[in-house]
Amino acid sequence: MNDTPAFELKGRLLTLTVLRLFEPHVVNLAMALKAKVEQAPGFFDNTPVVLDLEPLQDGHKVIDFPALVSLLGNHGLLVSGVLGGNEKQRRAAADAGLGLFSDRQRGAEPPQPAPEPAPAAEPEPRPEPEPEPEPPARPATCSARLVTQPVRSGQQIYARGGDLVVLAPVSAGAEIIADGHIHVYAPLRGRAIAGAAGDVDARIFCQSLEAELVSINGVYQIKEDLEQGVPGTPVQIHRQNDNLIIRPL
Amino acid sequence: MARIIVVTSGKGGVGKTTSSAAISTGLAQRGYKTAVVDFDVGLRNLDLIMGVERRVVYDFVNVINDEAKLGQALIRDKRVENLYVLPASQTRDKDALTQEGVGKVLGQFAEDGFDYVICDSPAGIERGAQLAMYFADEAIVVSNPEVSSVRDSDRMLGILSSKSRRAEQDDEPIREHLLITRYQPERVDLGEMLSVEDVLEILSVPLLGVIPESEAVLQASNAGVPVIMESGSDAGQAYDDAVARLLGEERELRFVDARKKGFFSRLLGK
Repeated sequence: MNDTPAFELKGRLLTLTVLRLFEPHVVNLAMALKAKVEQAPGFFDNTPVVLDLEPLQDGHKVIDFPALVSLLGNHGLLVSGVLGGNEKQRRAAADAGLGLFSDRQRGAEPPQPAPEPAPAAEPEPRPEPEPEPEPPARPATCSARLVTQPVRSGQQIYARGGDLVVLAPVSAGAEIIADGHIHVYAPLRGRAIAGAAGDVDARIFCQSLEAELVSINGVYQIKEDLEQGVPGTPVQIHRQNDNLIIRPL
Repeated sequence: MARIIVVTSGKGGVGKTTSSAAISTGLAQRGYKTAVVDFDVGLRNLDLIMGVERRVVYDFVNVINDEAKLGQALIRDKRVENLYVLPASQTRDKDALTQEGVGKVLGQFAEDGFDYVICDSPAGIERGAQLAMYFADEAIVVSNPEVSSVRDSDRMLGILSSKSRRAEQDDEPIREHLLITRYQPERVDLGEMLSVEDVLEILSVPLLGVIPESEAVLQASNAGVPVIMESGSDAGQAYDDAVARLLGEERELRFVDARKKGFFSRLLGK
């Protein structure tokens, strides 16, 4: 009598974090990653990532995917697939159980010469001087996330890679997080965490500061300290060295 | 099409069952075919408040499990025409409720020509409470004027806006109403209790009504009479106002000012 289907397949556009890999050696990667994660411990909490192999696809660099996946996994980054890379690297990724994104799925980034699913032949070792200086790996900034409904106790909203604009109250017990700035055009009574991905210049703006906690890139103040501030008036909060500066707007 | 209204709060003991009984009775008194469903499986109370506890044969879980037809389990109220009670099972727990089963039963109410189905939610935010609100078109969030109750209501409002069928299917959101119960204006004046304005400021949800703390509520519960039928009592009248507002009427707020205030203090007070 059960005629509801067991599942449904749907195509959806999701924003994914892309980790551009410049370095195939797992040990070097481990050190770099450790330094990054120390800035914001616990920040990557089961975050799915796609490995972009494009900077490594020329030449014969071998990538140890199982080691890489477990390294990233230890830091809360779950590798869901690879993008780019040469034939051998992609085959190794597939053998390690990773998904293969085609280069057409690359999204808004400038199109790259697609690695043809070429015959077994090795891609010719091209002259090395080609790798152009890559822009530093920054999280792709998308437009600000806009929230028009109240953010209730127990809810969490994260604007990954951009600003967060909230037009309704943020209740005590709610948490709003952004990689960029946070604007709340209503009372802010919950927790607000700006610059979560490491941006020390991120700011928090709110109509009325009644927050439980405000934090900019790891530097925080809790309600006890905040109440000596200026409740009920619009303020902005920015970070100066290791202090949070709260000023009326 | 039956309109499904959940009465919920998060916190226990704030007056969900009392409110469910009063509001369903008020709707039936106005001629709408109304059912009130007890979702508190294992801690059945609604039948007591409605005064039908001696007539329970089958219950909600029996209907879900196809052990009884909906018509067999529904108890017709003897005082108010068009009013029916679907009691919860006392011998089972909330795991007996399934989303599919609840959806099926609620669908049957629509087929049977009901105008309103009032779902009396259990306390908490677990399975029973989530299933009570999942299919709702409207929600009445019951809150007492004190901080922990208000915070739990806020949490419930968050769940309503994210975990209901309407939210999952991207339909028009659940229409939310706030019902403040056990209000004591004297204690608000003394600063011992949050005021209506304080609660509205925190929750920002349209106000359906304010029910004053009243002896009539306890007496009515003990007697198995929905308090709205005590039309001489302040709580009964306040519930009647709330039902009128639920149906779109405009009614002025009553029972929110301390009674003893004289003419001059009222003049100077506000």
